[in-house]
Amino acid sequence: MNQEYMSADLLVVGAGIAGITAAVEAAETGLSVILVEKKPYIGGKVAQFSKYFPKLCPPSCGLEINIRRLRTNPLIKLYTLAEVSTNVLTSSGKHEVNIHLKPRYINDKCTACGECAKVCQGRRKNDFNMNMDETPCIHIPYENAYPQKYVLDKKNCDGKCCSKCVEVCKYNAIDLDDNGKVFTAEVNSIIWATGWEPYDAQKLDTLGFGKYPDVVTNLMMERLAAADGPTKGEILRPSTKEKVKSVAFIQCAGSRDENHLEYCSSVCCMASLKHTRYIREQNPDAEIYVHYIDVRSNGFHEDFYRNVQGDSKVHFHRGKVGKVSLNDETGNLIVEAEDSLTGKYMKNEVELVVLATGMKPSTNNLPIDKLMIDKNGFVNCSGEPAMKHPGEYACGVITEPKDVASVVQEATGSVLKAIQNIKRN
Amino acid sequence: MAIETKVGVYLCSGCGIGESINCEKLDLVAVKENKIPVCKINPWLCSEESVEMIKKDIESEQLNRVVIGACSQRFLSDVFKFDPKVFVERTNLREQVAWSHKPNDEDTQMLAEDYLRMSIAKVRNCEPPEAFKKEINDTVLVVGGGFTGMTAALASANAGFNVVLTEKENQLGGWIGRQYKIAPTHSPFQELEPTGVEDLISKVESHEKIKVFKSCLVEKISGEPGDFHVSLFIKESTKEELIIGSIVQATGAKPYNPGKLSELGYGIFDNVITSIQLEENFKTSNSRKNIINGKQIKSITFIQCAGSRDEKHLPYCSSECCATSLKQALYIREKFPDAFVYIIYRDIRMPAQQELFFKRVQSEDNIFLTKGDVININRANNGMLRIDVDNTLLGDKIQIESDVVVLATGMVPSTLVGEIESEVDTAVEEKTLDGKKAAASAEVGAKILNLTYRQGTDLPTLKYGFPDSHYICFPYETRRTGIYAAGSVRAPMDISMSKADAYGAALKAIQLIHTAKEGKAVHPRSGDQSYPEFFLQRCTQCKRCTEECPFGTLDEDVKGTPLPNIERCRRCGICLGACPERIISFKDYSINMISSMIKSIEIPDEDEDKPRILAFLCENDAYPSLDIACRNKLHYDPNVRVIPVRCLGSVNTVWIADALSRGFDGILMIGCKYGDDYQCHYIRGSELANKRMENVREKLKQLVLEPERVKLITLSIDEYYKIPEIFNSFVEEMRSIGANPYKGM
Repeated sequence: MNQEYMSADLLVVGAGIAGITAAVEAAETGLSVILVEKKPYIGGKVAQFSKYFPKLCPPSCGLEINIRRLRTNPLIKLYTLAEVSTNVLTSSGKHEVNIHLKPRYINDKCTACGECAKVCQGRRKNDFNMNMDETPCIHIPYENAYPQKYVLDKKNCDGKCCSKCVEVCKYNAIDLDDNGKVFTAEVNSIIWATGWEPYDAQKLDTLGFGKYPDVVTNLMMERLAAADGPTKGEILRPSTKEKVKSVAFIQCAGSRDENHLEYCSSVCCMASLKHTRYIREQNPDAEIYVHYIDVRSNGFHEDFYRNVQGDSKVHFHRGKVGKVSLNDETGNLIVEAEDSLTGKYMKNEVELVVLATGMKPSTNNLPIDKLMIDKNGFVNCSGEPAMKHPGEYACGVITEPKDVASVVQEATGSVLKAIQNIKRN
Repeated sequence: MAIETKVGVYLCSGCGIGESINCEKLDLVAVKENKIPVCKINPWLCSEESVEMIKKDIESEQLNRVVIGACSQRFLSDVFKFDPKVFVERTNLREQVAWSHKPNDEDTQMLAEDYLRMSIAKVRNCEPPEAFKKEINDTVLVVGGGFTGMTAALASANAGFNVVLTEKENQLGGWIGRQYKIAPTHSPFQELEPTGVEDLISKVESHEKIKVFKSCLVEKISGEPGDFHVSLFIKESTKEELIIGSIVQATGAKPYNPGKLSELGYGIFDNVITSIQLEENFKTSNSRKNIINGKQIKSITFIQCAGSRDEKHLPYCSSECCATSLKQALYIREKFPDAFVYIIYRDIRMPAQQELFFKRVQSEDNIFLTKGDVININRANNGMLRIDVDNTLLGDKIQIESDVVVLATGMVPSTLVGEIESEVDTAVEEKTLDGKKAAASAEVGAKILNLTYRQGTDLPTLKYGFPDSHYICFPYETRRTGIYAAGSVRAPMDISMSKADAYGAALKAIQLIHTAKEGKAVHPRSGDQSYPEFFLQRCTQCKRCTEECPFGTLDEDVKGTPLPNIERCRRCGICLGACPERIISFKDYSINMISSMIKSIEIPDEDEDKPRILAFLCENDAYPSLDIACRNKLHYDPNVRVIPVRCLGSVNTVWIADALSRGFDGILMIGCKYGDDYQCHYIRGSELANKRMENVREKLKQLVLEPERVKLITLSIDEYYKIPEIFNSFVEEMRSIGANPYKGM
């Protein structure tokens, strides 16, 4: 990277499934694209999922194809550990943006041979696995990560605590003095695709997350079920590392709730129904309880719901969960909930509680017109992949919570808007 | 081959390769055994200097084939990229040899040497592809002038493309044209919105790039993307012949036939109506069943999922009926402020911020919502309708008396006719332009596009008759290249989703035009310039290629000889796999190429106890999966030789026969999962490969070989940890069966 000033037809911000899709669809339609991602790898949240509903197929399958499309297309320039800091509309109707590259401390010479990680003495919490295990401070975000380059977590290690990584690297790929850099780009259009973060489960103070290790979130469940996750795909109870025999799912954990997220996060019903299948595949006897308000398996997803309903050991209870507490004697969790269909108040003991936490759009601190952000943080674009600010569009969960197929649909459409703008300019 | 090949071999000894295998001995395989003029070993082949060195060699030695023996082809594809006239082959020495096998071992060395031989054989038997180019038309045809079709037409036109929009009715608008208002589509999601349909129609009709044909049916579409020949049939007499680049099908959905809902009183009681009928009552005052004009409604009940989420009717959820009834509840509140409105639902499905609208309606006076199952509907003595509801939130059973019952009926795709066809009422009578119904057949679905394709007249449909994509990651995947379904014909959806879908499909339509002009394939082999060539003089008209192509690429002449339409092709190679005469080939993927790779592998004598297993791995999932296993340093038996293939469906049985007659002890084929939840990127590739196993077993019988010697396994990409066991146990199984008797013959 020698250029200090770049230009392209399109800037795509965020390289989750929305941003990757927008970038490859645009490049395959002939646009030059700058794709920036703030993490050291692309794929975003879907890279962390074990399987997609309703097919129970692995996201890495589609990512493999998309990464091939991306890496073989010379029209796409990808920057990881990159963020857009400023965004100015120029007199010619284009956007001048500053892109900050945070230091990776590993340069492009890295061959991902892995020798550095073998000798690294430091350890860091593995955010890719939702902090459920550790990696060396110098690490690859996950085995199949793209780009296949290591990264140094300098928060935990300055690279000098043992300096062994530097000694062992044959390719001069470690640069501890990497200060990152800033460059300016002029682009015709921008597609914002910065995605979402899970709602902070610690805020749901009656449900015990952070207090009891066996209360986990739905995203943690994905990592527990993933073959490359902290338990190699075995769904184990965090406190005992034993196979789980009973599980309660708490739907709308923080969603459809005026004290937390007032909207519905759209995917949590299907996600939990999918998780019941993960558990069933590993334990035919596990008892599963799903506490819900409405089961929102819209469209063809109804088939999936019907199949889960056919499982006699999955019990659906309509009603809110009041409290999760610990039975000190058994070590199990007690779930207290109402069942609005029977009118009864129920108390149930389970080994694992999964909070179906919702999605919060990642629109904080983005250099976009604040008028376009609604009170819940979503980019308000009336179902149309366009923003009022000329040449700027949004797609993916930042416009509303939705499932992967809908995200891809919207991301594809957002490219058409960008093309219209390029034509106008 | 036309131009003589001149091969350069570059071997990397970095990343642990040099510590695991003897690169000097590999050099001998290239130089001595294969007479390669340029062969170099380098400790860091991906460094700038090394890549520069290769570039210089290409120029000075006039190399036109380069073999890079280093890491997997999945990495550094941008680094090892040279002049497009130079064919680059990657020998996977790092992941699939050094990282996954015992270092400095005889068997590991043999594996590396065989992989190099295979690569050399490959580059000597293929050519860099040249793009297929023909004149490409850049007009988009949009079929269906409802909301989605009009939106797609405007989107394409505003992106600079000419558009032809056809509508079977005598006016644009479709179902949205019959709506009074729509549920909120933007923040704060509180108030009903105008449909905006008049504005949309006038924008479409006045756009200089859009040509609208009303009262128009598509009579015939032949040709291929970029050059579709379209015949339109307009009004009672006119015909129009057009050349079209790509197509968006936005023919929408129909309401479920309420005649089938007599259990809910439809057709029995006059005051049981459907939501679309209620909508029309508010939209126009002269509709057939007017229940609101001149009447005073005191009580009205909406029954959700009327015919949806019901295996006797439509097993799926129609997605937008909850929003429709909540919206209509507000209509009633506005017109009859004193009326009681009851909504009986199973689950209220108002996803995302539609929840806020649900909360708003819920908080209205006189609107009562309850979960429950409607048991029956009868006429009460006072003349009102009495609805019995069970399993409610208000106690067990309740009874509601209402003047009117509204059934929130679901949607059926326009592509479906026959058994559950909608009973079309009032405005949208199916116009029969030439006096007969637009040719319909209950078995094959509605004929809308009337493609002249050998494989059928329309987009293939999935479960429930929707021509949806089967892929979560690729919602615009289509089995008819250049034709994209959008809106509620594709899946049940509301206005907001239809709008996004219209844009998405329009982008794919214009992208197709762009890609075809460059002579490249579209997804999933995006950018591929190779294409199948047919040596038809040797064709025996067996029709396997024309039947098995998942994309309907091949038509047939009267004798059954295939007529290729290259622009429909997705380059999966399934035709190549199907052809018993071996007459189909790509410049860089052919029977000859793989056969020569197989022949290049050394087969040790039987007494050496070194069985040889050939494994064909799908390059989309199984091959990357093996790479991941290797990255995780999982070790497996070194007797396996892996050949990546475009799709398991592209494996020709002649390769299997070749391998067996050369003395390979067993053959594995690893591809994507098939069945209802298939993961094959070419829809039927792995399934077809499995079907062809019948022929393979027949072949084994002829050769008097055990049927266990050829095995097909399906694998997801994330099941990488299973691969070592698959390989190891297969090698053991072959050992126990005993050596292939053809060895050394």
